[in-house]
Amino acid sequence: MLDSIIQNLFNALQWGSFYSLIALGYTLVYGVLRLINFAHGDIFMVGAYIAYFIAIFFLKDSMGLSGGTTLALVIPLTMILTAMCGVALERIAYRPLRRKGANRLYVVITALMCGLILENGNLAFLGASRKSFPELIDKVVYNVGMISMTNLKIWVILSSILVYFALNAIISKTKIGMAMRGISYDKFAIPLMGIPIDTIIMFTFILGSSLAGLAGILFAMSYPILDPFMGAIIGWKAFIAAVVGGIGDIKGAFVGGFLLGIVEILVVAVFPSTFRDLIAFSILLLILVIKPTGLFGVAKSTKI
Amino acid sequence: MKKNYNLFIIFSVLFFFCTSIVAFAGEETIKIGFNIPLTGEIPKVGEESKFAGQMLLDEVNAKGGLDVGGKKYKLEFIYEDNESKAESAVAVALKLIERDQVLAMVGPNSSKQAVPAGQVANDNRTPMISPWSTNPDTTKDRPWVFRAAFLDPFQGPVAVDFALKTFKAEKAAVLYALANDYSKNLAEIFQADFNKKKGAGAVVAFESYGDKDQDFSAQLTKIIAAKPDFIFLPNNYNEVALIVKQAHDLGWKGHFMGADAWGNSELMTLCGDDCKGHYFSTHYAAAGAKGATKEFIDKYNKLYGYQPADVAALTWDAINVVLAGIQNAGKITGNVRKDREAIREGIASITEVKGITGNMKFDEQGDPIKCAVVVKINDAGEFEFAESVCP
Repeated sequence: MLDSIIQNLFNALQWGSFYSLIALGYTLVYGVLRLINFAHGDIFMVGAYIAYFIAIFFLKDSMGLSGGTTLALVIPLTMILTAMCGVALERIAYRPLRRKGANRLYVVITALMCGLILENGNLAFLGASRKSFPELIDKVVYNVGMISMTNLKIWVILSSILVYFALNAIISKTKIGMAMRGISYDKFAIPLMGIPIDTIIMFTFILGSSLAGLAGILFAMSYPILDPFMGAIIGWKAFIAAVVGGIGDIKGAFVGGFLLGIVEILVVAVFPSTFRDLIAFSILLLILVIKPTGLFGVAKSTKI
Repeated sequence: MKKNYNLFIIFSVLFFFCTSIVAFAGEETIKIGFNIPLTGEIPKVGEESKFAGQMLLDEVNAKGGLDVGGKKYKLEFIYEDNESKAESAVAVALKLIERDQVLAMVGPNSSKQAVPAGQVANDNRTPMISPWSTNPDTTKDRPWVFRAAFLDPFQGPVAVDFALKTFKAEKAAVLYALANDYSKNLAEIFQADFNKKKGAGAVVAFESYGDKDQDFSAQLTKIIAAKPDFIFLPNNYNEVALIVKQAHDLGWKGHFMGADAWGNSELMTLCGDDCKGHYFSTHYAAAGAKGATKEFIDKYNKLYGYQPADVAALTWDAINVVLAGIQNAGKITGNVRKDREAIREGIASITEVKGITGNMKFDEQGDPIKCAVVVKINDAGEFEFAESVCP
C-alpha cells in the first residue's frame, strides 16, 4: 500500500511537471498583460512538433547524429523556434488589438481563435495521422523496492523545478524582470519612466513560449505520440492549475500545476477511475470557493 | 416589370433544364455514401476504408459497371469525413441521405459513431452497413442497419478463452476508454465472462480513462499492484501504444491481450518494439493469407504501399454486401425511396456472401455469423495467425 502511494506520488510529480511548465506561460502573460493567452496550449503543441521535425532532421542518415547529441541540439533550437512562434503571435494578433485599445474580452477571443488556427492549420498541412517521436535517450527503468521510475521521468521533474528557480531569478533579480513587475503594477506609468513596454511584452512572450517549447520536448519524449489536438485539453487544465494557484503569480502556477497533477492521480488511486475528472475538479472548485484569488493570488495588486 | 418577368421565366427554364440534365445523368449511376473518419482520433481507419472503396470502385467501373437486372450501372462513391466524432457522424449521415440522395451508406467504422448514425439511417429508411462496428446496439432493432464485423458478445469470450488457455490466467485486469462505446461495452462483456469462468473477483482491476487522456500512470499503478496475469486492452491503437509503453516504464513485464481495434497498420509505427509478442482478437490475419484474401492484400499493397488492416478488408466485404443487395433487388427505378427499400430487402435476403474476411450470413438483427481469429504480433511486427474461433 505504501509502495503504491509513493509510486503514485512519483507519477503525480512527473505529470504535474507538464502542468507546471505550461501554467507558468499562462501566468507570465497574464501577470504582465492581464491577457489570458488561450493559444498557449497550442504553442505547446507547436513546440512538440518543432522538436519532432528537428529530431528527425538530425537523426536522418545524412546527418546521422547520435540520440544524445540530437537532444542537446533539439532543446535550444526548439525553445528558440517556439519562442519565435509565440512572438509572431503577439505581433500579428495581440499587438494590433492593444494599439487600438480594444477591450480585453476581444483579445481573449482572438487568443482562442489563434489556438484553433494553429490546431487546424497543423491538421491541414501535416495530415491527421499521428507522428511517432523517436527515442532520443536510452530509457533506463530503475526499480527501488516495488517502485519503478525511469531516467526520463526523473529528468522531467528536475527540469521543471530548475526552470521555476531560473524564472524566479529572472523576475526578481534582473532589470528586465523588474520592468515586468512594473508593467504589472501600472501599465500607464511605466512608459513614462522610459521603459520600452513593447520590448518587455515581447520578452514575456519569449519566456512563456520557450517554456512551452521545453514542455513540448519533454512531453514528446515521455508520451511519444503527437497529434494536432494534443495541446488543447492539457492547455485548459494547465490554465485551471494557474488559476487555482493564483493567476499572475509564478509560485502559484508552479504549485498549482503540481497540485493538479497530484489531485488527478491520487483520486484515481483511491476512487474508481471513472470519477477522476469529476472528483478532481470538484476539489479544485472547492479551493476556489474558499479562496477565490487562488492559493497565492492577491486581489488587485502587483501580480507576477 | 415586364422585363423582370421574362428574365424570371428564362432563369426558371434554365434551372429546370440544368436539374433535369443532372437527374438524367444521375440515373445511370448508383450512389453509395461513405461515413468514415478521415481525420480525428483514428484517421488511418478512414484512409484504409477509402482506399478499399476506391479499389473496388475502379474494379467494377472498369468492367463497365454493376450489372443490375441485365443493365449496367456505373458506381459513384461519396466519401465524407466524420472526424471520428459521434455528432459529426450523425450530421454526415443526414447529409448523405438528404443532399446526396445516396441509395445506401457504408460506415461509420467505430461503434462510437456507428451507434448514433445507425439511428439516423433507420429513421430515414436508408440502408446502412458498418464494416467495423462490433457493439450490438448498432444494429439492434434497426431493420435498416447491417454490419460486416462480428459482435462484441462473441469477441469478448474469444479473448477470455484464449487467455485462459494460452496464459493459464487466473486473474485479469482491464483498462478501457470511458467515452468510447466500443471499448466500454467490450470491457464489460469481458469482465462478466471472465468472472463467470474464474469466479467472482477474478477481474482484479477494472479501470477507465477519459477522452484524449495521455497519462495512464495512476490506473496502471493500480492495475500492477493488483498483480493480474494479463491486462486486457479493448482500446484504439493510438492509446494502446501509449498504455503499453507506460506499463513497461512502471515495471510491467506480463502479457497484454487486445481486441480488433488494435489491428491497424499504424500500430507498429507508433508502438514499436513494446507491442511485440502480444495478442489480439481480430477479423482476419494478413500474414499468411490465402486465396481471395491474399489477392486483395497484394493488390492493396501494390496500389498504396502498405499491408491493409482488417478495416480495409471489412470495408471491401461491406461494399460487396451492398452490391449483392442491389443485385438482389433486381432493378433500379430511379425513385430513391423505393430503391432504398428494395436494397434493404435485397441485403436482408442474402443467403451467403463469400467475403475475404470469411463467409457471411445475416441473422434477423442484420448481424453476420462469422469466425474470429486471434493473432500474435511477431518479432517482425507482423500480425501472425494464432487461432481461429467460430461460433
